[in-house]
Amino acid sequence: MRWALADGWTITRRDLRHWANQPGQIIVGLLFPVLIVLMFGYLFGGGMTVPGGGDYREFLMPGMFALTMVFGLETTFAAVSTDAARGVTDRFRSLPMASSAVVTGRAAADLLNSVLGLAVLIGCGLAVGWRAQDGPGRAALAIGLLLLLRFALLWLGIWLGLVAGSPDLLVAVQILVWPIGFLSSALVSPATMPGWLGAIAEWNPLSATATAARELFGNPGWGGDSWAAQHAIAMAVAWPVLIVAVFFPLSIRAFRRLGS
Amino acid sequence: MYGTVYDMIDVTGLGKRFGDTPALHSLDLHIPEGQVHGLLGPNGAGKTTLIRILTTLLRPTAGHATVAGFDVVRQAADVRRRIGLVGQHAAVDELLTGHQNLDMFARLSHLPRRTAAARAGELLERFGLADTGRKPVKDYSGGMRRRLDLAAGLILSPPVLFLDEPTTGLDPRSRDQVWSAIRDLAGQGSTILLTTQYLEEADRLATQISIIDGGRLVAAGTPAELKATIGGDRVEVVAASAADLPAVAGLLGPYAHIEEETRRVSAPAPDRVAALTGAVRGLAEAGIAAEDIGVRRPTLDEVFLRLTEAGK
Repeated sequence: MRWALADGWTITRRDLRHWANQPGQIIVGLLFPVLIVLMFGYLFGGGMTVPGGGDYREFLMPGMFALTMVFGLETTFAAVSTDAARGVTDRFRSLPMASSAVVTGRAAADLLNSVLGLAVLIGCGLAVGWRAQDGPGRAALAIGLLLLLRFALLWLGIWLGLVAGSPDLLVAVQILVWPIGFLSSALVSPATMPGWLGAIAEWNPLSATATAARELFGNPGWGGDSWAAQHAIAMAVAWPVLIVAVFFPLSIRAFRRLGS
Repeated sequence: MYGTVYDMIDVTGLGKRFGDTPALHSLDLHIPEGQVHGLLGPNGAGKTTLIRILTTLLRPTAGHATVAGFDVVRQAADVRRRIGLVGQHAAVDELLTGHQNLDMFARLSHLPRRTAAARAGELLERFGLADTGRKPVKDYSGGMRRRLDLAAGLILSPPVLFLDEPTTGLDPRSRDQVWSAIRDLAGQGSTILLTTQYLEEADRLATQISIIDGGRLVAAGTPAELKATIGGDRVEVVAASAADLPAVAGLLGPYAHIEEETRRVSAPAPDRVAALTGAVRGLAEAGIAAEDIGVRRPTLDEVFLRLTEAGK
């Protein structure tokens, strides 16, 4: 157990060293969501109306927070699949280390990365006029739900990375993240979409977390009247729990299968 | 274990199937302490599969294997404390420096922090990477990466070292550096199992060689023994004129073999000196002009091609 923690920390520290060695990469990664905020907030924002009335940028920020959590999937996938392809995962498996550390260290590093990303984006939000209107308690809860979504997607990323076994599919993952991002309430109201598309968007896990975050930050929502929209906070817990329930065991199985 | 001779690597009836595809068939291999053993075979022969089983990365589907006296399946943790693995890829982190890589692997091998850092520095020095130890590995040349990878396999000074095609894809200079590092390790008494597709590599480094093909052991012995298995030395004459070939064959005896295109006649030469002097005298007496004459020992390449599918 002691080694599980110590080895996990060694793996996490490896990522911190990556950041220190390649500050450019991490800065670009952190600034990318900021760029999207500026693009949607100012370039497209003029053409956007929030159904219940309200400022579009107030509507946008919680959606961007949630979308940034989904972007984290690419980070996890890239790291896991690159290690598998380069033989680094095999090297770890041949060492007398706690084998759980390969996964827990990765999880901790990616969560740290997302905490940092969220902090930068909250700073950006504050700069463009977004505020958490309902007090620090509910704001903390919203941040908790955002990180819960990120935590859930970790396991999807680890599973995909192990199954793919090489970063060749990274571009596919990057491209797939966009339709998932757009087909949600993160950037626009599903009410403006054709009915069937809007229904998919409403049930998107990303929408659940975005809508729940809007509610908890006291930001304008899009006011959908479906069950999913009315119970956003419950959905923002249920979706990640479901994703973990499916992909945590699948990840562990994929890791074990490396030996068969 | 047999009496006092301790087999560092002991493989009995080892088999491995991937689904319906067999990769290893009932393989036996016994490598005593301190031996450098070359495992030779064409692509897909099962070399890497064997290495992966012995380094606990893969579970066998039949038979069993011990490394340093520990079962690779049931006592995997004990095995991992006693082995070093250098794989086909340089399995190092591109974004870390050489020093950070070795330090990380040392920490994961549970060396205390200071010992880990010191060991990293020591190994960089030993592999001629001290100057570049603070640069990220992505700026390293192929040879430097491979040496770093080799260093990473030696962090615990393991008694058993597995090298899976350690010089594949290296330029001759880097290859020589890796070879000399391997010779140093052998000199210090490490038991080494080395896989390679290069016969020259096995010939130079290994004292014992096993040739596997299609997941089966097809031959084993010292390099000299293996060369002897395909008929030993031969005397060869290259005639100046194709018209003389039957006469030359007559001189070399009943087992002479004629190659028309190269005007080459060869025959077994159990006694090298007698065969050569006999041939020279015979040619002079018959007044036949020869372009070349000599006694040749078969190369390991010939053994390899003869014994494996690659040559069929």
